[in-house]
Amino acid sequence: MKFQKVAPYLFVSPFFILYAIFGLYPTIYALYLSFFDITGLGRGEFVKFGNYISLFSDTRFIKALWNTTYYAVGSIFIILPIALILAILLNSKYIERLKGFFTTSFYLPLITSAIVVAIMFTLVFDTEYGLLNALLRSFKLPTYRWLQEPRFGIPTLIILGIWRYAGINALYFLSGLQSISEELQDAARIDGANKWQSFWYVTFPLLRPVTLFVVVQAIIGSYNLFAEPFILAGQGSGGAGAGDGMLMMTAYLYINGFRFLRMGYASAIGFILMIIIFILTLLQLKFFRMGEIG
Amino acid sequence: MKNLNKLVIFLSLAIGVLITFLPFFYMIVCSFKTNAEIYTLPISFIPKRFYLENYHRLFREIPFARQYFNSTFIASIQTVLNIFLASLGGFGFAKYNFKLKDFLFIFLLVTMMIPSQVGLVPLFLMMNWFKWIDTYWAIIVPGAVSAFGIFFMRSSMMSIPDEILDSARIDGASEFAIYSKIVLPMSTASIGILAILTFTGSWNNFMWPLIVLSSDTKMTLPVGLTTLMNLYKIEYGMLMAGSFLSTIPILILLVLVGQKAFIRGITIGALKG
Repeated sequence: MKFQKVAPYLFVSPFFILYAIFGLYPTIYALYLSFFDITGLGRGEFVKFGNYISLFSDTRFIKALWNTTYYAVGSIFIILPIALILAILLNSKYIERLKGFFTTSFYLPLITSAIVVAIMFTLVFDTEYGLLNALLRSFKLPTYRWLQEPRFGIPTLIILGIWRYAGINALYFLSGLQSISEELQDAARIDGANKWQSFWYVTFPLLRPVTLFVVVQAIIGSYNLFAEPFILAGQGSGGAGAGDGMLMMTAYLYINGFRFLRMGYASAIGFILMIIIFILTLLQLKFFRMGEIG
Repeated sequence: MKNLNKLVIFLSLAIGVLITFLPFFYMIVCSFKTNAEIYTLPISFIPKRFYLENYHRLFREIPFARQYFNSTFIASIQTVLNIFLASLGGFGFAKYNFKLKDFLFIFLLVTMMIPSQVGLVPLFLMMNWFKWIDTYWAIIVPGAVSAFGIFFMRSSMMSIPDEILDSARIDGASEFAIYSKIVLPMSTASIGILAILTFTGSWNNFMWPLIVLSSDTKMTLPVGLTTLMNLYKIEYGMLMAGSFLSTIPILILLVLVGQKAFIRGITIGALKG
């Protein structure tokens, strides 16, 4: 009987012990480091909020913040509508028999390693020999230097994002669509609503929890994006690319921490990143009730 | 009208699938091309002849077989550890009442909101201090259990009736025996999903292995592949061959267990927020 009291603590303890060592301690230590100017393994100088102040006058950091936001906005307004359309198509009763095949196919890009995906896409975005420009050429459209020109950095990543993430988000939307009863739409139709109206006034509002979820996931995803720009922009630049065109927040942390060995500065970037993601997750928790999806 | 609708829907989805498959297909095609052939216009989807040298060179010029082993080994160990520790922790939270339960559970949820990048630099310093740099330990130990795994196992174990556990206790079963002989066998479906998610997650993991693994015989596949792209030369043929080979286990998993398990996993995964 006595052991029954101790047992649950023993059962849950591995996680908390491992987290204390490999999660909590590094996080607190990062906060401590972020107040120091440290390069390499040496002892640093205490600079109070110096790193944070420098960050906001660091043009590369601002660029990374801008690029990350640009990518997030692009994901929300380009990738998610495409995902919603795919979901509506997948929800059609006409394709009942092929649904499994379609959903599996759209799931494939997500479970393929980001590195493999990025490697594949070097042959898609190549200026001369790439599939994308070949396609544009065949339609007599202008071609672009996707990987070389800084202004195409983020659009290139968004195009890759459509390919990789539209499918999975379509599956999220699909699970939302399936939970909406057909009777509601039938009722709207009987009341004289056309298809568009019944979608806009009945279906879409009911998809709000799923929509909010995918929007927050898209934003968090843009802060975590690392492997794709690392390959497409070239490792030489640590994933920043020509003119920092593909420089994302996580890459900037990596470059500072592991290329320049500016440990304190990198930790400060990590903390800003954490605060942003923490706020986003709290927003999601506030608006998104568990169990409304799936 | 109905038939037209049907055709439009079918065609749109078919085009979507085509776009999804095309880069994969082109990757496989290019793995059988010479570098010169990859740089030839017009783009061809059929290699001139089945050029196997990319595959030969992959095993000759980089320790590809060793990296394949590294990825398989690390992903397997991580999967076993995660399943054991997550199911144990999930059981603790699902089927016991204890004083600190609510506090610990909320703490667990909060840890899921903290991005791992924050502690990246200190964790690296710690690995350096432990002398774990360039070893499997640096990847396996910090990733032995995830908060998500516990949360996921707990959700599925909540539905196990208390009566079964109580009657086992009356029969004199120890708490650990209840876990291993009753709770685990009843949770095989969720364990399967967690296993797949953990295995693919570990297999595809890139940033942390890139930071802690430096010698090519210790590297996992994603890190090893990047060594084929250096500033002076990009070996496209070999890259495509290596990418294709390293994707095969994931493809097998997807076909074997089917998309159902994957999709159930991610939809439940979606709830973790």
